[in-house]
Amino acid sequence: MSPENLTPDPLVKNLVFMNSVDYLVNLTRSNSVWPLTFGLACCAIEMMATGASKYDIARFGSEAFRATPRQADLMIVAGTVTHKMAPRVKRLYDQMPEPKYVIAMGGCVIRGGPYVKYGYHVVKGVDLVVPVDVYVPGCPPRPEALLEALFKVQKLMRREKILDRTRKTTKPEVYRPAAPQAV
Amino acid sequence: MGLESAQIHQIVKEKFADSVLEEAADAVDPFIVVKPGVIEDLAYFCRDDTRLEFDLLSCISGVDYPERNVIEVIYCLDSTPNKHWLIVKVVLPRDNPRVRTVENVWRTADWHERETYDLLGVTFEGHHNLIRILCAEDWVGYPLRRDYVMPETYRGIRNVVY
Repeated sequence: MSPENLTPDPLVKNLVFMNSVDYLVNLTRSNSVWPLTFGLACCAIEMMATGASKYDIARFGSEAFRATPRQADLMIVAGTVTHKMAPRVKRLYDQMPEPKYVIAMGGCVIRGGPYVKYGYHVVKGVDLVVPVDVYVPGCPPRPEALLEALFKVQKLMRREKILDRTRKTTKPEVYRPAAPQAV
Repeated sequence: MGLESAQIHQIVKEKFADSVLEEAADAVDPFIVVKPGVIEDLAYFCRDDTRLEFDLLSCISGVDYPERNVIEVIYCLDSTPNKHWLIVKVVLPRDNPRVRTVENVWRTADWHERETYDLLGVTFEGHHNLIRILCAEDWVGYPLRRDYVMPETYRGIRNVVY
């Protein structure tokens, strides 16, 4: 771990005692992020490569891919989300304990990818279903890109307050675009 | 190698002389077109005849032709002992495509027919469980028809990008 990872975030400077508790808790949590074993399509292959020995996500404490959402705190949505799958994605997200994070991996998950215009069955972005913290573009993204996304999630985790476990202040919202106005 | 396509077509034509509507033995992919009513008898014949022995149904697919106002259902038969193959087509009206199931001949036809029903709306009469297989149960319309229009939203999730 590099030295700057150990410095507390400048945003939390008010409470002297809670600050140090937060700092310690966040340090431990952010260095053992447990992702959900959740691959939907070809991006899952890159996610597996990230977990395997060459890229080795275990170096950053995230090797424990959990097979149940109740033990996971990071959901990597890897692959095309279809309309048939969307309710299942939502249910898995709801079953995860707070605080929870979502990485949208690949073009299909971000905004429908190649299915954006004629793919009748593909959800045009998983952020229409669950709130997304980090987007990773690519088709599929390389394992290095997914690792970078994990670092971004770790950075978000270090801003957490122990009194704000549901992340009221830092959680993104589900994308609710308005229909275009008639001109 | 088994029989040539022309020989296979000849055998089928001997048995179903007045039901074979069209035959193309020298096309790139040789095929025969038969009347929809005989498809189950033809399937039993192709499977059980000792010269043909089509024991494998490799695919059932469908194509929509709005300009001819028909839907074609295509059966691809393979013979693993004889190593030859046959393509059978039936032509159905577009407003009410119905054809007899071949599920009792080849078990694998079960899911293939469900897929053709799901994406093109062809009803296979006599199928024991003709429900959607790929799309969600409450999906509206048949997506592989040429005049299919994508739904604006599905279960409250927007489906178009403006």
